[in-house]
Amino acid sequence: MTQIKTQFNRRSFLKVSAAAGGGMLIGFSWLAGCTPGKKPEEMVAVPNEWFDINGYIKIGDTGLVTIYSPNPEIGQNIKTSMPMIVAEELDVDWKNVVVEQAPLNTGLYQNQFAGGSLSIRLSWNALRMAGATGKRMLLEAAAKEWNLKVSDLVASKGIIKEKNGERTVGYGEIAGKAVGIEVPEEVDLKELKDFELIGTSVKNVEGKNIVTGKPLFGIDYQREGMQLAMIQHPPSFGMKVKSFNEEEIKSMAGVKDAFIIDTTIKEPTWSDVNAFPQLIAIVGDTTWQLMQAKKALKADWEVVGELENSDMHAKRLEQALVNGEVEEARNDGNVAAAFKKAAKVIERTYSSPFMAHNTMEPMNFFANVTADAAVLVGPTQTPEALEGSVAKLLGMPLEKVTVNMTRMGGGFGRRLYVHFGLEAAAISKKIGGPVKLLYTREDDMSQGTYRPIYKSTYKAGLDENNDLIAFSVKGAGLPGGPVFPNRFPAGAVENYKAEKIKANTNISTGAWRAPRSHFTAGAEQAFLDEVAELAGKDPIDFRLELFDRALKDPVGEKYEYEAERYAGVLKLVKEKSNWGEKKPGVFRGVAAYFCHFSYVAEVIDMVMENGKPVVQKVWCAADCGIVVNPDAAKNMIQGGVVDGIGHAMYSQLTFENGAPNQLNFDQYQLMRHSQAPKDIEVFFVENEIAPTGLGEPGLPPASGALANALYKATGKRHYHQPFSSNEPIVG
Amino acid sequence: MATFNLKINGEKHQVDVDPSTPTLWVLRDHLNLLGTKFGCGIAQCGACTIHLDGVAIRSCMTPISVVENGAITTIEGLSKEGDHPVQKAWLEHDVPQCGYCQAGQMMSAAALLKNTPNPTDSDIDDAMSGNICRCGTYVRIKQAIKTASKL
Repeated sequence: MTQIKTQFNRRSFLKVSAAAGGGMLIGFSWLAGCTPGKKPEEMVAVPNEWFDINGYIKIGDTGLVTIYSPNPEIGQNIKTSMPMIVAEELDVDWKNVVVEQAPLNTGLYQNQFAGGSLSIRLSWNALRMAGATGKRMLLEAAAKEWNLKVSDLVASKGIIKEKNGERTVGYGEIAGKAVGIEVPEEVDLKELKDFELIGTSVKNVEGKNIVTGKPLFGIDYQREGMQLAMIQHPPSFGMKVKSFNEEEIKSMAGVKDAFIIDTTIKEPTWSDVNAFPQLIAIVGDTTWQLMQAKKALKADWEVVGELENSDMHAKRLEQALVNGEVEEARNDGNVAAAFKKAAKVIERTYSSPFMAHNTMEPMNFFANVTADAAVLVGPTQTPEALEGSVAKLLGMPLEKVTVNMTRMGGGFGRRLYVHFGLEAAAISKKIGGPVKLLYTREDDMSQGTYRPIYKSTYKAGLDENNDLIAFSVKGAGLPGGPVFPNRFPAGAVENYKAEKIKANTNISTGAWRAPRSHFTAGAEQAFLDEVAELAGKDPIDFRLELFDRALKDPVGEKYEYEAERYAGVLKLVKEKSNWGEKKPGVFRGVAAYFCHFSYVAEVIDMVMENGKPVVQKVWCAADCGIVVNPDAAKNMIQGGVVDGIGHAMYSQLTFENGAPNQLNFDQYQLMRHSQAPKDIEVFFVENEIAPTGLGEPGLPPASGALANALYKATGKRHYHQPFSSNEPIVG
Repeated sequence: MATFNLKINGEKHQVDVDPSTPTLWVLRDHLNLLGTKFGCGIAQCGACTIHLDGVAIRSCMTPISVVENGAITTIEGLSKEGDHPVQKAWLEHDVPQCGYCQAGQMMSAAALLKNTPNPTDSDIDDAMSGNICRCGTYVRIKQAIKTASKL
């Protein structure tokens, strides 16, 4: 058994106590909460009394168990997988588990954010420990009751048994006796081979609520006396609001108030990115009346910065690649000399445009700011950051600010940024009452924290034996460069140079699912495909040769990937897709990438239908360590593949006079049913490595595999996204 | 403002709103039926899909004055117990990721299956391409529709 000290996580472990108001809470959750896909009659009865075992676990006297899911749910399914980990170590029957969203509580929980594919990775130990500690305390209570030692007892599926006797007791019956028991200094964790729940496919705990249309999302939140609000930001980046036809707007039907808010805060942090701290706010009774009022706005906008356009962005990137400021670099061997010596040299340039996140649920937030407290409820990936920013905006002590999380209609990085929560708080403060702010799609798409625009040049040199002897990459982005100097093929090439270059823009940008990796993987993997072709080698074998070099005789001091695991996913996808097998009319492309601590390789099978390329099937192999919930994990990878192919193929945001040209889905193209892959099959490498994330790693290789399959299908290499466009913005 | 008598999920409702108000906002703001979602407001994403006399329509662009004499069905009324074949199939395939678009997806799928009980891939593409899923659950949706067609 693995022993784990409880110290570092001790704040989470209170002594067992009777839960205050617990019965009420469960009464509510019974109707609206998450039951793990079971009908109520299949579960134990609703308890009369509840006992708080620790911050994650509450046990009712009938044996029903509530497990709190600490992190925000954006569709990555952690509301199911995080409680699964607790339930595994607690050793409770999943059918008797009810899941609740935990409140933001930095005392009880750590890392309550959804970003960087980190939820499971960062909480793996804490969740296991929470379950194991709970189980240990219940065992101690039973041991005390029966005058035995803990070692005389075993627990399984919520029942404690005497090893050498007949007595049994349920967790629900003994939970009350655990009151007062000391939190153990050390607890035993299960051996991986003893896992019963982890590694099995458990259905989404919110499944029934989603398919029956229950109000789960921020946009659905309601409170008595709540008013609605909408905002209007300046039409262009580089503009600021001066004034507007306030009296006219206020006189409109259903409008209660209209004013300008200022959400500027002192000492902003990375999550405070916001191009428009000053906004027009309109408050009223109904959404439709507010939408009419927005249409009637006549505002005076002041130009305070440059009004950028897409041509300007393309020129800035071109210039940056010539003489831009290098943020980060790596230089192994002598690249210049190696290129001179090389028998064959190839250089290619890749680009991708700005993109919006376009979560299906537009930005929204509820706020109720009173003289001495602020309560916010809504969809946020970073509740703790929002709490801090609201405290700064309102000049209120942190403990007076409460942020509660709702389910989110998508995140993709957009809701890492907190400005819409601040806006709701500012509006609530002004009107002195509860309010829910809602963006229109146009507000959402034109006030983004966009995925930056990128351009990278790759160069490779082969010797007379077609071995890769020189490799260089130079990548620029507005504002940050899409280069990871220490990632593959660093460590695998004798002469290697990487330069990450930054350039300026006043368009607000931010993290967009798999930041920078989304573009870098596509460009690099498409380039390697072309290099392999030039070398006359199979694209998978060519990569495996490089991983072999990185493993056996690594170049340079360090590199940021495990060559064996990287090669492992390529070998698995090679096997599963029967790579090398010739199927008439099927054109294949391959790519692999490592990011967010996970490895994913993908093969795309493309066919031509009526002269158009169609993705028939995608084969994926992933190594994310232990897979907690396999079918849900597959769903994540499938979604990443669709996201990667869809955006590389169709999506772009272009600018004119500082304003985006695409404001809604009639102009901004997202992948639709008819364009989606017909099938996506996912395989996992089986190992015993602690789990890493899956929210992002499925996406990056997809655009590379797509470009490579497109080349096989059409004979044409695609360098500039979106591939479906004949005139990409950055050439 | 005008008074409208509506039949929604088999129940009668009366609302007093501007005749131009889209059905979506009558459902959400006036009748507290929150399962129908707002996505784009211009009938391009399908999150707001409901049935009018059994036909899938985009409620964000359909003024309330147009639907007054019809029978409206929303996700809340697709079945009493949440056991419409589409709902069962969605659960079987564990389709949703974020789940926001799924009510609209299911309403489009239910309308398709009503008229085309055994849809081909191309029938599904035609009927569903007005519904965007930003999480990319398209493959599972297609599988779920095929499963639902057999239930």
